[in-house]
Amino acid sequence: MSERKIQYREAIREAMQEEMRLDARIFLMGEEVGEYNGSYKVSEGMLEEFGPRRIIDSPIAETGFAGLGIGAAMYGLKPIIEFMSWSFCLVAADQILNNAPKMRYMSGGQFGCPIVFRGNNGAGGQLGSTHSWSMESMFSSVPGLKLAVPSTPRDAKGLLKAGLKGQDPFFSLESERMLGMGARGRKDFSRYLHDGDLWAPPENDADFTIPLGLADIKKAGKDCTIVTAGRPVHFALEAAEALEKDGIDIEVVDVRTWRPLDIETIVKSVQKTGACVVVDQSWPFASVGSEVVAQIHERCFDDLDGPVLRVHNDDIAAPYNRNREQDMLPNARKITEAVKAALYRA
Amino acid sequence: MSTASASTLPRPSDQLAPGQLQKMLYDMILIRRFEEKTMQAYMQQKIGGFCHIYIGQEAVAVGSISALDQADPQKDPVVGGYRDHGFALAKGMHPNYCMAEMFGKVTGCAKGKGGSMHMFDKDRGMYGGHAIVGGQCPLGAGIAFGIQYEEKDGVVLCYLGDGALNQGAFFESMDLAAIWNLPVIFVLENNGWSMGTHIARGTAMAHDLKAKAEAFGMRYAECDGLDVLATFDCFAREVAATRNAKNPQWHRGDWDKLAYHRDGNANGPCFINVKTVRYQGHSMSDPQKYRKETGEVENAKSRDPIQGLVRHLIERGLATQEDITALDEKAKAMAAEAVAFAEASPDMPASEMFTDVYADVYGPYIAGGLPGIVTNKNSGQ
Ligand SMILES: Cc1ncc(C[n+]2csc(CCOP(=O)(O)OP(=O)(O)O)c2C)c(N)n1
Ligand SMILES: [Mg+2]
Repeated sequence: MSERKIQYREAIREAMQEEMRLDARIFLMGEEVGEYNGSYKVSEGMLEEFGPRRIIDSPIAETGFAGLGIGAAMYGLKPIIEFMSWSFCLVAADQILNNAPKMRYMSGGQFGCPIVFRGNNGAGGQLGSTHSWSMESMFSSVPGLKLAVPSTPRDAKGLLKAGLKGQDPFFSLESERMLGMGARGRKDFSRYLHDGDLWAPPENDADFTIPLGLADIKKAGKDCTIVTAGRPVHFALEAAEALEKDGIDIEVVDVRTWRPLDIETIVKSVQKTGACVVVDQSWPFASVGSEVVAQIHERCFDDLDGPVLRVHNDDIAAPYNRNREQDMLPNARKITEAVKAALYRA
Repeated sequence: MSTASASTLPRPSDQLAPGQLQKMLYDMILIRRFEEKTMQAYMQQKIGGFCHIYIGQEAVAVGSISALDQADPQKDPVVGGYRDHGFALAKGMHPNYCMAEMFGKVTGCAKGKGGSMHMFDKDRGMYGGHAIVGGQCPLGAGIAFGIQYEEKDGVVLCYLGDGALNQGAFFESMDLAAIWNLPVIFVLENNGWSMGTHIARGTAMAHDLKAKAEAFGMRYAECDGLDVLATFDCFAREVAATRNAKNPQWHRGDWDKLAYHRDGNANGPCFINVKTVRYQGHSMSDPQKYRKETGEVENAKSRDPIQGLVRHLIERGLATQEDITALDEKAKAMAAEAVAFAEASPDMPASEMFTDVYADVYGPYIAGGLPGIVTNKNSGQ
């Protein structure tokens, strides 16, 4: 059991630091990443260590600096482009969706685009509709990119390091609400993690990575599979506690990357449980959730005792009001209800 | 227009009646008192999310909006960024609706759906605070396009921060406003900081922002945004020079002669650099470590825009100390009333969750919303 106390934000920082020490081509660029130490303190101390040539404060010019990163990646550097929030990347949509993921294909394999885009994803806390985007569904439909939504400090570090070692555009969708998570060590739902080590990343292991496209079973169970990623993993684990009292034992599959999607692990789990709920913190329509449901129905139709149900953000823009924002988001109560409905125990 | 030549011109503010000057003072004090209450309520966690305080910049909103048509608030619209309480109130939004919005109450200007960064008031020609930096610039051009299209004589004020100068949306809007000669004024609220980034680190030619306008052949003006009368003077002139801007491309033909709006005589769009200071942090969650030693806030406070106008009125016998105290008491009462109103108002109800998504409603938006679980019964979205 690891006793390491490491926050989610520190794990992200550690990944960047370790890879930057190994690879001089890596630089970090974004708004307030340097002198301000990061608007969410993810890059705290990095200007001190790497200097202003490699830790670069940019103006509020996302099209410019995201696209600059792509050009630099084509040239041979390895940029980490931080969006203060993924919500702000939309002004740079042409660069990150039209250029980065297609460069290799468009150039017949001549120009790769090894770049990491990262930042906060999902509702922060009453930030209103323009600032509360969950990008996974919209972005995951674009071939050529890889996309992770890490749920623990360990996953955040391991996935980001894999992304930095990789050759393809890698989108890391981090959660503002989880940045401070893990501060108290192996807290929260660690009793459910099938191996206690899975909360914090290993210390002093520069080679540690988590392969992209490998799901993680955050809790094993036999009655119903929950497929999810990112912050809702914790809601699912919370639901597991509630459901346990009703004698329902759920299995929580954290896909960790929506693209590539580890459908084999999902299929295996559904074949075991015969029931499934997909939890996705983006909107329901044409979403990663609906994609997973489609694939499960294609592969597991005969294994299922009923239709796969979904828990999503409600199909509206995020309201500012505190209570209504909570109503809109996935939560443990909704997951609990969905599991009971899927098992016809509602 | 350089400040030197401006100082030799007659000052439009000299024409203001004492009542109008007192109204400007009141509007500034109201913003200040209102924002003090906003900070207090934020600290008490009655307001959430990102919240950007307008204190220090009162003269920008009040000086500029006082130069717009006062009879019909819809005639000269305004639109801006997320630091919007100031120009919302100056445009005439009732403080109750502004505060209730931040409390997430259904009585707020956006029913609690928008929050601090999204103040909208259609009746007052307030086209919103917009939270994506620079996103308001094309909107400002578009509202002006509408005015020109309908051959009305309104002028749009489009507020933006110095950080927004670096967004493509700003440049593209400047270009559109210039080529179609739209009746819009891009109002730079230049407080020198975008969060913790000093303007000189983020913007080329920060020392001479006239270059930004010149690149588009657009009129440029600048004024002291801590001096409400200087701001008013600047805007009174530039608003007059922006009204009735005519689109040169409404006449087809000699494209290479299309430069007439640059000759300085015809009315057209303008870029105004208003130099101001934000007294508070970027938002309620900014510890301002980057700014500790600059002394800029202390310097600004010695030229505080409200105190400046108070002095002006007293020295010229345009108001007595009692008048001023009465205005302040009234502003304090309005701000306190806004908080009381917000507190007493009901929360945005769950029944409003699925309203206002579509005007022509269908499916889930008719019944007032679906539960969060998508089952085969309700997946027909
Ligand atoms: C496209 C985009 N990128 C980043 C942000 C985050 N952000 C919000 S305000 C701000 C600073 C803007 O400063 P400025 O334009 O000078 O306005 P001020 O806050 O000084 O009024 C930043 C970086 C955003 N809202 N939108
Ligand atoms: Mg600024």
